[in-house]
Amino acid sequence: MVGSLKLFLFRVFVAIGEYVSLISGVCTAGIKKPPSWALFRDQFFHIGVLSTVVVGITGFTTGFVLAAQSIYQLSDKGLAGVTGILVGKAMITELGPILTAFMVTGRVGSAMCAELGTMKVTEQIDALRSMAIDPHSHLVAPRFVAGIFMVPLLTIFSMLMGIWGGYIISVLWFGMSPATYYNPMPIHITGFDLFTGVFKSFVFGIILVTICCYKGMKTSGGAAGVGTSTTQSVVISYVLILLWDFFLTMALNAFHAEFS
Amino acid sequence: MISIRNVKKRFGTRQVLQGLSLDVHEGEILVILGRSGVGKSVLLRHIIGIEKPDEGTVDVGDIRISSLSQKEIYEAVKNMGMLFQGAALFDSMNIFENTAFYLRQHGNPSKEKPYTEEEIKRKVKAALKMVGLEGEGEKLPADLSGGMRKRAGLARLLVYRPKILLYDEPTTGLDPITAQQINELIVQTQEELQGTSIVVTHDIHSALYIADRLALHEGGKIAYVKKPKEFLEIDDPTITFLKDTLYNHPSARNQL
Repeated sequence: MVGSLKLFLFRVFVAIGEYVSLISGVCTAGIKKPPSWALFRDQFFHIGVLSTVVVGITGFTTGFVLAAQSIYQLSDKGLAGVTGILVGKAMITELGPILTAFMVTGRVGSAMCAELGTMKVTEQIDALRSMAIDPHSHLVAPRFVAGIFMVPLLTIFSMLMGIWGGYIISVLWFGMSPATYYNPMPIHITGFDLFTGVFKSFVFGIILVTICCYKGMKTSGGAAGVGTSTTQSVVISYVLILLWDFFLTMALNAFHAEFS
Repeated sequence: MISIRNVKKRFGTRQVLQGLSLDVHEGEILVILGRSGVGKSVLLRHIIGIEKPDEGTVDVGDIRISSLSQKEIYEAVKNMGMLFQGAALFDSMNIFENTAFYLRQHGNPSKEKPYTEEEIKRKVKAALKMVGLEGEGEKLPADLSGGMRKRAGLARLLVYRPKILLYDEPTTGLDPITAQQINELIVQTQEELQGTSIVVTHDIHSALYIADRLALHEGGKIAYVKKPKEFLEIDDPTITFLKDTLYNHPSARNQL
């Protein structure tokens, strides 16, 4: 029992060491020999542009549900007027960043891990090395940069879609006046809320691309290994995103309370 | 040309290379024979800098590959090329783009300017023609047969004319006719590039066809290195077994 716990802890520490080493290796390689613009452009397109539909739909439908639930739950208490604030605050501080990170992990992170993992097990990454090309710079750095920049942008898009989704349900379905939905928002939704959401999404972007690239680059064991790595990359990303969401929520609010 | 001294390498609990030493002469084709899983490919990966030895040294020319930093390794291996067992073509690119990849990445070493598109097209076409894949440039690796993939992998090397070529099981998994085509291509490439080649295989027929010298990799070490005729005269159970295989194979008898 103690032996297997020791082995488990040893493996965890080795994995953390390899993860940190990958990140520092990618940063060093990316700065010393920046990849071509074409590689960045491709990743911006794959991670950012191609994710807009799924992120938009997620945000939009979440806005629908939030608005409907708040009207159903609060109207008998005379609080239906807070629907706009509730949808806006929830989308901006929590659901926008979390759901976007989840959708991007599922759509892009898993594919990223599977692609890198397949390249690893079919020796394509070794082939790059044998041709004097650093896979950290050529493969991983563009994915890092694109992921870290595109996740916050997609999150802002998701927040807006959620607020519009909430508007459609509140105004067009339940007959709330547009002013009731929109007017309280500028008063109650602050710049700090927006900062919280965007900052979280930036951290989530780092988590999901680094974990998925790390698991991809460390894949071994053929097709089964690629499957295992992909599953692990998604599960670890989800868990870390949720944990960091909690820590960031606590830390940012404490920081805000201290300095406001 | 290539000097490997007392190289040891362990993966987990498995000691793969156990103090291996080997010299490869400039301009020769050295074939390393050995059973699957003895560490023949690991040896090649040490020469091209993908693996670092736990102990021992690997020298290529005047450069000690085993003590270089990763950045220096990339600089040192620019005149080397490796044909991987599964060819390791980049799945996302067609055969033309795979072949042009090195030229696009590293530009023209003799000039300041990168290659023009015209130059790249010309070089890629010539490389694909040499391996018999002219007109197949638009195909994706997934659309090719095993033999075609190997040939495309070879074209990807030929295009930048490396001085040291490493082949990892080039004929494994191929039918005898395609395997012979690959053997002929290896000899042809050697004549064309006038470089040094190391071929790792467990195919004795292929080895005898292409080798200037043969080495036997056993127990994590190189047991013998000899010219083909002398190699087959060694009194060793593995070589006797290989010889028996050969005598039972009609097409190979003439090579002895």
